[in-house]
Amino acid sequence: MDLNVLWFILIAVLFTGYFFLEGFDYGVGILLPFLGRSDIERRVLLNSIGPFWDGNEVWLLTAGGAIFAAFPHWYATLFSGFYLALFLMLVALIGRGAALEFRSKDDRPFWRSLWDWVMFGGSLVPALLWGVAVTNLVQGVPINGQMQYTGTFFDLLSPYTLAGGLAILLLFAFHGALFLTLKTEEDLAARSRSLGLKLGVLAVGALFLLVVLSYLQTDVMDRAGTALLFWGAGTALLAACGFLRAGRCGWAFVSSGLAIVFTTAAFFGGLFPRVMVSSLHPEWSLTVYNAASSPYTLKVMTVIALTLVPVVLLYQGWTYWVFRRRVSARRLEY
Amino acid sequence: MEALLLSRWQFAVTSVYHFLFVPLTLGLSVLVAVMETVYVRTGNETYKQMARFWGKLFVINFAMGVVTGIVQEFHFGMNWSEYSRFVGDVFGAPLAVEALAAFFLESTFLGVWIFGWDKLPKTLHAASIWLVALASNLSAFWILVANSFMQEPVGYVVRNGRAEMTDFLALLTNPHVLYQFPHTVLAGFATAAFFVMGISAYYLLRKANPDFFRRSFRLALPVGAVCILLVMAVGHFQGQHLVKSQPMKMAAAEALWESAEQAPLNLVALIDEKQQTNPLEISIPGLGSFLAVNTFRGEVKGIKDIQAAYAEKYGPGNYIPPVTPVFWSFRVMVAAGLWLLVLAFSALYFWRKGRLEEKPLVLKALLWSIPVPYLANTAGWYLAEVGRQPWIVYGLQRVEEAVSPVVSAGAVLTTLVVFTLLLGALAAVDGYLMYRVVKQGPEEALLAPAAEKPEGVSLWT
Repeated sequence: MDLNVLWFILIAVLFTGYFFLEGFDYGVGILLPFLGRSDIERRVLLNSIGPFWDGNEVWLLTAGGAIFAAFPHWYATLFSGFYLALFLMLVALIGRGAALEFRSKDDRPFWRSLWDWVMFGGSLVPALLWGVAVTNLVQGVPINGQMQYTGTFFDLLSPYTLAGGLAILLLFAFHGALFLTLKTEEDLAARSRSLGLKLGVLAVGALFLLVVLSYLQTDVMDRAGTALLFWGAGTALLAACGFLRAGRCGWAFVSSGLAIVFTTAAFFGGLFPRVMVSSLHPEWSLTVYNAASSPYTLKVMTVIALTLVPVVLLYQGWTYWVFRRRVSARRLEY
Repeated sequence: MEALLLSRWQFAVTSVYHFLFVPLTLGLSVLVAVMETVYVRTGNETYKQMARFWGKLFVINFAMGVVTGIVQEFHFGMNWSEYSRFVGDVFGAPLAVEALAAFFLESTFLGVWIFGWDKLPKTLHAASIWLVALASNLSAFWILVANSFMQEPVGYVVRNGRAEMTDFLALLTNPHVLYQFPHTVLAGFATAAFFVMGISAYYLLRKANPDFFRRSFRLALPVGAVCILLVMAVGHFQGQHLVKSQPMKMAAAEALWESAEQAPLNLVALIDEKQQTNPLEISIPGLGSFLAVNTFRGEVKGIKDIQAAYAEKYGPGNYIPPVTPVFWSFRVMVAAGLWLLVLAFSALYFWRKGRLEEKPLVLKALLWSIPVPYLANTAGWYLAEVGRQPWIVYGLQRVEEAVSPVVSAGAVLTTLVVFTLLLGALAAVDGYLMYRVVKQGPEEALLAPAAEKPEGVSLWT
């Protein structure tokens, strides 16, 4: 396996980690106005992701840095091409970070409700946009022979890509509800569960729609592996619903996580060896070869990444163990 | 306005915002870590209270560092796609390593620290803030490695129409970063020390919580005095290095139009960039040469000669950065540094005599000087970045070759306006929250969160 392929896999892994981890904390943000009936409940919800969200967000920053280092043309074309979409995402992420830190530092109801809405929007928009972005990558966007994006923001929106946005949004919301069944107590946990049951049904429907449209609109299903991964995602999602109904919330959370992992893997698998598909001419697609850094850079980065990633996984995993308990309303930081 | 100019403005605005929060993070993380370590070793509760109080301010500040930092990473691809294509092979690596080696550590353990007060053994909790401090400074190193490549490209070869990395170790030992890293980090430590001293002075003036703030002050004072001294010393040698590596930047910083055997040091000057002359200057003869090359009779190249040499080397074009702002930002930085130096050492003098608290003037000066390090930090980056113009990578790529060709001026204008207003508003809120914490004082820091009314206001009402 050459290093170009390895780096494609590494970036796919980083995005998978990001979607799995921030998936649930975006989900918690999206559910904030629906589940948090009182101020104290909303604080519990925010505290459930309190120790984790910032570390989770670094998965995105690392994925961005890895694309820059390993595939500079991918980074340049994607970020300058999807300009306004990324801008919206940045505004959302900025607002979200500020909301989490600022909200509970003043107790005026207006202040708190303002940041609650920022938190809601700041979680909803990235979830939606990532679905739109990933489906655009596989469907293809107008990229010319000079690797430049020639479309506009509105070219990124189509029924297919919006279905992608909706599916990811619902997957994250469902994943977030399941996380809350594990991290909150009593009434709040029970309400998270019953909301999760409804969201699960919606997520299954949206994922089904996404898979069907992917089959009709793109070539990702031409590969047997991709089709299999989509089947895996669907099965995992159904299993999550089943576990939740049976009251096995831990297993349900693991299953919804697997659904996210399989979905992400399916899209990256279908994309490979391209990194961005050109809708103008197949020759103009960006691939792991024509978009890549030099062999020397890839080699240096491989050594660094293979050394550091396991260490990161180890200590991040450790923090989930430290904060494994349910969040109690008696001791709140946020 | 064209997309190029707007993109430059955007990078300038967001970088300045970002670097308002970074220096305090670099220094305050270490100070809080020291406070908590003293608490762990001696069991003195005051130090725990100190770690919590200053830590609270640290966290509020840190949040803004994070949200302004996200923009920075995406900028290169969004506004400067041709730059990213041209140097991504070299420049992307330190950014990726920064995320992998430093951001993960910093964010993860800050979460552990904030939420782990009663969940971790004391030593482990103190270790987590040390890891945050280490990671913040490590991240500064990696980002400065990246920036230093733009100032002084090393370890690369131009091949396949782009700069390709040939020596990773050369990037890490870039002479530029060996000066820039200590200069930046020491400036961060000094910023934090003056921040702690200023707020402590406020309370010492009011004679409230004297024990708490005396201890805080005593911790920050030597750090501030030593770091401000060192930051200026390193800055001096950095300047001497720049005379060799980026002569144009330093010539502009001195507004030295003509080469001179005995270059004067212009204290202040009226600069006419069109006529390329200074109609009025107050200067000390020979000192410019002395500062640049250690002798009063050493040749220093002037802007005009360097321009002629560059035109020959790189082809026709204007290689002169905007001289007036570069000249003045340099003076603002140095003047701010000198003021802080005087302040720190007079505070040290009175402290050692045990009479500081009888000197309200010094305490007031310390309080009102909290913004001064921020001014120096901003001016320093202004000098570094504007002084590099018209290059984005010194000698390799000019800014106009680097900007994204597919992004319209309208799009950049939109994002520029929104980022400026949004980050400005958040910075103001952040300042307000810090002000509140300071006003409330340290008693609050130890109390459990205020009692909650069970009935909150619903989001939907």
